[in-house]
Amino acid sequence: MAVEAGKRAALEGTVDFQAILKEAGLAALVAFGLAISIVGVRTVTIPGGLGLEYRWEWVVIAVVGVFLGRFALAYRRETRSPGRRAEREEAMDRIGAQVQRMAKVAGPLLVVLAIALPWMPFSNRYIVDIATLVVMYIMLGWGLNIVVGLAGLLDLGYVAFYAVGAYSYALIAVYFDLSFWICLPLAGLFAATFGVLLGFPVLRLRGDYLAIVTLGFGEIIRVVLLNWYEFTRGPDGISGIPRPSFFGLPFSRRVQEGEQSFHTFFGLDFSSMHRIVFLYYLILALALITNLFTMRIRKLPVGRAWEALREDEIACRSLGINPTNTKLTAFAIGAMFGGFAGSFFATRQGFISPESFTFVESAVILAIVVLGGMGSQIGVVIAAVVLIGGTELFRELEQFRMLAFGGLMVLIMVWRPRGLLAHRDPTMLLDTDSPSATAGKSSP
Amino acid sequence: MEYFVQQLINGVTLGAIYGLIAIGYTMVYGIIGMINFAHGDIFMIGAFVGLIAFLILGLVGITWVPLALLIVLVVAMLLTSVYGWTVERIAYRPLRGSHRLAPLISAIGMSIFLQNYVQLLQGARVRPMPPVIQGGITLMETETFVVQLSYVQIMIVLVTVALMAIFATIIARTALGRAQRACEQDRTMAALLGINVDRTISLTFVTGAGLASVAGILFLVYYGVIDFYIGFLAGIKAFTAAVLGGIGSLPGAMLGGLLIGLIETFWSAYFTIEYKDVAAFSILVLVLIFRPTGLLGRPEVEKV
Repeated sequence: MAVEAGKRAALEGTVDFQAILKEAGLAALVAFGLAISIVGVRTVTIPGGLGLEYRWEWVVIAVVGVFLGRFALAYRRETRSPGRRAEREEAMDRIGAQVQRMAKVAGPLLVVLAIALPWMPFSNRYIVDIATLVVMYIMLGWGLNIVVGLAGLLDLGYVAFYAVGAYSYALIAVYFDLSFWICLPLAGLFAATFGVLLGFPVLRLRGDYLAIVTLGFGEIIRVVLLNWYEFTRGPDGISGIPRPSFFGLPFSRRVQEGEQSFHTFFGLDFSSMHRIVFLYYLILALALITNLFTMRIRKLPVGRAWEALREDEIACRSLGINPTNTKLTAFAIGAMFGGFAGSFFATRQGFISPESFTFVESAVILAIVVLGGMGSQIGVVIAAVVLIGGTELFRELEQFRMLAFGGLMVLIMVWRPRGLLAHRDPTMLLDTDSPSATAGKSSP
Repeated sequence: MEYFVQQLINGVTLGAIYGLIAIGYTMVYGIIGMINFAHGDIFMIGAFVGLIAFLILGLVGITWVPLALLIVLVVAMLLTSVYGWTVERIAYRPLRGSHRLAPLISAIGMSIFLQNYVQLLQGARVRPMPPVIQGGITLMETETFVVQLSYVQIMIVLVTVALMAIFATIIARTALGRAQRACEQDRTMAALLGINVDRTISLTFVTGAGLASVAGILFLVYYGVIDFYIGFLAGIKAFTAAVLGGIGSLPGAMLGGLLIGLIETFWSAYFTIEYKDVAAFSILVLVLIFRPTGLLGRPEVEKV
């Protein structure tokens, strides 16, 4: 109907104002229904119970705003030539493909930029801190990308592995007094073990069931962390987690007798920036290892099996791929990187509590993977920079941050259902020039 | 024994509330095959709308409880349905026909949005409500323990049973119900036979939201406190109930809700209250492993 009206408008050069007005009026009516209760009336605590506060002006603003917005949208739709949407989609796909191609050149450039960031003239403590946070989410996104993007398993409880990593690092470090460099692989190992333990029973489930079970598992871990007071100190959290050292040299101002710290060893003046920059490089290195690992494993048989499994499980089974084992490896490896990121989180914060591992965290990481375009490594980077960096810039508007975050997730999905960089090149290409291509030669 | 009977009563009451929310999940899953993640938040909005309606009625002076309750239920169902409709229209309809993850992500975004929307507009603090219905019947009495069946609990079960009956009739006998069942079986075929699929799906969301808002009000009256975050946990548990009963099956949703309510109550009563959520989720995992289609669900046919 809309397309026909658009065609007619394009032919005659007129717009059916009555229809648009009717549409906008209906939208305004719906907005009135939405706003009258929650927006118009606010419950306030008064002595002796609850009172009410009225804000009818807000309702009026909402209704008028929706009316005008809908009117403008409908007008734009009617006056534009039909088929523009498809064109725009294609244009975005082309941009996606271009970015993917450019990633070969731009990737190393980005890495160089990332390494140079702390030495830029404009950089300060605040910028390096945000960059650390963004890179941490990039790493988490890359880790989850193995599970969701490559193997096609929807995991809504990724934060569980992140939590296991953080808590295993914190507990080992606090109880056994081991250094970061020993705890890090242990934390990854623990997280991977948890991945296998969880994955074994549930990976036979399909799609949405798997999603809800992983979500439940994430909550179970959080509830256990919250209530197992003797072991995890429950809601009080674990504090005094040791900071990482530079191969045995601590970043401390005061040095104990007979020992050296980072600044005395290198003959530098003490600066608190040393540790911050070191943490930044640490997470950058971890993230790059994750990326390199993913790029490499995609080309191994197991990586190819993941992608094949994502595309068609039945075909895979009939070709002799064991789906449970293949999924389990994806789950375990994704969990391991989550565990690494978790122990980095613990050492950076110095304090962890179950508060940090809520479902919203899982949702944020999943959003980074899906919004970036599933399976795309560079997409994860872009989505993490936009979502984490973007919302971090609006720190002062703290209360609107999550509101905007949720809204952004919906809008990006509606606008680009397959993610910002939806274009996906096949990992393997048939060599179309050579005659053997028709014989089904699979590796280039 | 007395203790057991008391827990049974409490469990059934809680189960009725979960069952009402679970219907929304199971219907939406049946018809478009997605987890409507924002459904728990629709329940929360229903509770807030109910609270506001109660307070306004109190100011106007309608204090005869059955009348006030009826008005609140009707008003909240109407206003919350608008939310259900809008959520579907904005976040899910444009994504129909795209890949499976897209509506789920959009639903999670919607859920985060709605939570923060209510938090911003109504404040983050817990909202207490004075008890509307007081008193009860003493069923059994020993020297140490009294088994109470409160009027609130009777009301909750009665409202739930009545709504279920109305709802089952709608599904079984009206044109809307027939259209819904047709869309559930085969959307393309239903469209070819002249059913307005978009409208049917919208109405599914509207009815689901209406039932969730009733659950919200019952929750409000039963527990007396709500905040913007109640939707998350209640939503997950109701979804668990829907899966337990067999997703897509309406009697299954009710049965699953009842079971989850009972499991949770008995677990808190006889074991540890802290781990009651763990119990509910563990049951979910066990059911999915040993009976993936749920208790009353149809086996899924794998098509190549």
